[in-house]
Amino acid sequence: MAQPEELTFFALELKGISKAFGTIRANSNVDLELRHGEILALLGENGSGKTTLMNMVAGIYYPDDGQIFVDGEEVVIRSPKDAYKHKIGMIHQHFKLVDLFTAAENIVLGVNDGSRYDIREVNERVRELCVRYGFNIDPKEKIHEMSVSQKQTVEILKVLYRGAEILILDEPTAVLTPQETANLFSVLRNMKKDGKSIIIITHKLHEVLSISDRVAVLRKGEHIATVETSQTTEGMLTEMMVGKKITLNIDRTEPHDTVERLRVEGLCGVNADGLTALDDVSFTAYGGEILGIAGIAGSGQRELLEAIAGIYGPTAGTVTYRDPKDGAEVNLRKKTPLQIRELGVRLSFVPEDRLGMGLVGSMDITDNVMLRSYRSGRLMLLNRQDPKKLAEEIVKELEVATPSLRTPVRRLSGGNVQKVLVGREIASAPALLMAAYPVRGLDINSSYAIYNLLNQQKERGVAVIFVGEDLDVLLALCDRIMVLNSGRVTGIVDARTVTKEDVGYLMTKSHDGAAKEGFISEGGGEK
Amino acid sequence: MKILEFLLNAMAIGVTFLYGSTGEIITEKAGHLNLGIPGIMGVGAASGCAMLHVLVKANSLPPWLIVVLTVLATLAGGALMGLIYSFLAVTLRSNQNVTGLAMTIFGTGVTKYVFSLLQKDDAIYIRALPHFRFPFGNSTSSLQYCGILVFLGIAIAIAASVILMKTRIGLHLRAVGENPATADAAGINVTLYKYVATVIGSAVAAVGGLFYVMDYAGSPEAYLTIEAMGWLSVALVIFSLWRPYISIFGSFVFGALFILGSYLPSFGFTISMAASNLIKTLPYVVTVIVLIITSIRNRRENQPPASLGVSYFREDR
Repeated sequence: MAQPEELTFFALELKGISKAFGTIRANSNVDLELRHGEILALLGENGSGKTTLMNMVAGIYYPDDGQIFVDGEEVVIRSPKDAYKHKIGMIHQHFKLVDLFTAAENIVLGVNDGSRYDIREVNERVRELCVRYGFNIDPKEKIHEMSVSQKQTVEILKVLYRGAEILILDEPTAVLTPQETANLFSVLRNMKKDGKSIIIITHKLHEVLSISDRVAVLRKGEHIATVETSQTTEGMLTEMMVGKKITLNIDRTEPHDTVERLRVEGLCGVNADGLTALDDVSFTAYGGEILGIAGIAGSGQRELLEAIAGIYGPTAGTVTYRDPKDGAEVNLRKKTPLQIRELGVRLSFVPEDRLGMGLVGSMDITDNVMLRSYRSGRLMLLNRQDPKKLAEEIVKELEVATPSLRTPVRRLSGGNVQKVLVGREIASAPALLMAAYPVRGLDINSSYAIYNLLNQQKERGVAVIFVGEDLDVLLALCDRIMVLNSGRVTGIVDARTVTKEDVGYLMTKSHDGAAKEGFISEGGGEK
Repeated sequence: MKILEFLLNAMAIGVTFLYGSTGEIITEKAGHLNLGIPGIMGVGAASGCAMLHVLVKANSLPPWLIVVLTVLATLAGGALMGLIYSFLAVTLRSNQNVTGLAMTIFGTGVTKYVFSLLQKDDAIYIRALPHFRFPFGNSTSSLQYCGILVFLGIAIAIAASVILMKTRIGLHLRAVGENPATADAAGINVTLYKYVATVIGSAVAAVGGLFYVMDYAGSPEAYLTIEAMGWLSVALVIFSLWRPYISIFGSFVFGALFILGSYLPSFGFTISMAASNLIKTLPYVVTVIVLIITSIRNRRENQPPASLGVSYFREDR
């Protein structure tokens, strides 16, 4: 033992950790080591047990089996309080913040250091932390007035305020724009310099490569390997993650027999706060092609899709739909959401809170599928047979990991919940399918299953509108891409020829400057 | 002088609502909609009066001690009801609405039973009891309602406001009611806070029942109308926008509206009995108006605690 002491022990060491929920094993016999002052990426597909494993370190769950060591000493973590006692803090994917409280009130929540409670003192200490690590937060601002990335910052401050030396971040970039991600990473590097040990849960390979020192890979609840980031490649990591090589190419067929399906003209609207959400949006969607919508989160994607589906009332503009049955033009703004659905328009919106919209958490998969078909069936009785068949298909096709069809969907992991949601909408034989973020948070295999389903719909002559986050996917999957920027259309481009940089420019350029010549070209469609 | 008497009476009946609503606000801040308040106020009155009954029979204690012991018995009765509610709604996670209503039905029954026993036996003792007057309360007839419990009620409401907004305990309690998962993750013992808030809230509300029977009405027969006072207290919580200090003012408004019908004749208005009873519903009408106004203005700060009525279970997703 010639080494200095801090190198002898790991900051955090897990030995033989196992955890099961019912019959599903979330983690089996996992070993993991975190060195002092390093950034360890915890990589794995959806449902590979990354979050569960870290929740056991953070005191949310208690392991069925195994040991946890902090600085070489075995510890028992039964609650988040215990975790903080050992200087472990976790930033959860779903923020644990009280909306009505200020940033400082949230940060001091649960802290009981024996001192008198004085919010002004807390405000001051939070400001100091902000200066030290380069955050930009007003301690007195209320959470419900903040953006997603600000809320995440509050979460990180919360953990730092408690003096955590080990920080665990659960998919921190899932909700961030590329710019915000870059900021986050520089903050993480600052903290590393400050001696903190960090675990970052992710399934984005390029992030793993750019931020981490080492990578630990989980697959189906088991620890596959831990490797030095500098000695690995995307290909190797993917292989470890999924167990087999995945072709990163999405099949894209040339659109054929395209017909005009939907024409949106001059659509304007405001959001709940009275700010402009849609500003003179015009475009046409064709049956037999996939129209991608790109844009920074909150650029009006949601309002646009909801306006078409009849859920959201725009202030001006027209939405004209050509009925595939008789070719008649229908003004969707005069129809109720139910009538619009009956015309064959389907909206599958995956919100950040997957259970918040579209699924009933306490009902099982079959019942949730039935939410879309409860009007069929004879007399007063429901038809349960067809939905059950469909539910079985969804579970099989999309490999939904569930103990049974009768399991309430809120007991499934986030990715699996989403598969049910998307699968149900796609299965209902639409004429216009709008899918917003259908692969958000999904692993590679499930994402591809969804892409294939979208492509099948396109082949069937369905007009598909795909709102995506990942530019690579948009470029590989779509025929045309419409870029939204603060509620305005800044361009409709041909996905086959446009470059990523061009789309990125359209997404982020300010409105003051005139549109860059040559970017806006109407492609696809008419062919 | 009629006006002064009216205002004092409004304040007196208002104190009943003040206890009830302060107790209910404390409970609701922990995320528990306790609709058992009417029953709890009844049980509070019943246990207080039963204690009084025993003490007066013994007939050897100084009056102040009788008052203290009676209030303690009331607090204990309310706390016990709160404990039953907490066990059902927090530990067993039964539906809060159902549990609360069951507590009201149960509490009202117990109240009637206890008072029927007391009355059958020797109600005379209860009528002869020392009222909980502030020492100088009886000096003039128009101030006769300024009993010590009036000041205690206002003090509790102010203390509750300060604790909720200015202390760590209050911060934690509000967090539990807004977002128990967050509070839990922050290391706050959610179950403990829910239990303690419900028990304390129920005990405070119970004093309202005792005050109503012994101080405001001054007659055990008043137990028959306690339930109505309980529901008005629950309405006052909404009127007060979940803030105890607004409740102090609100209880006065509620009290004035509640007794307005019986005072109109002495102000020179002739009204029928039916109209007088109709006027008693005015507190509910203003509550609806407050609800409409706050809904239109839609400020997050004026909404009920976000997790109100929702049971919390840690491993639930």
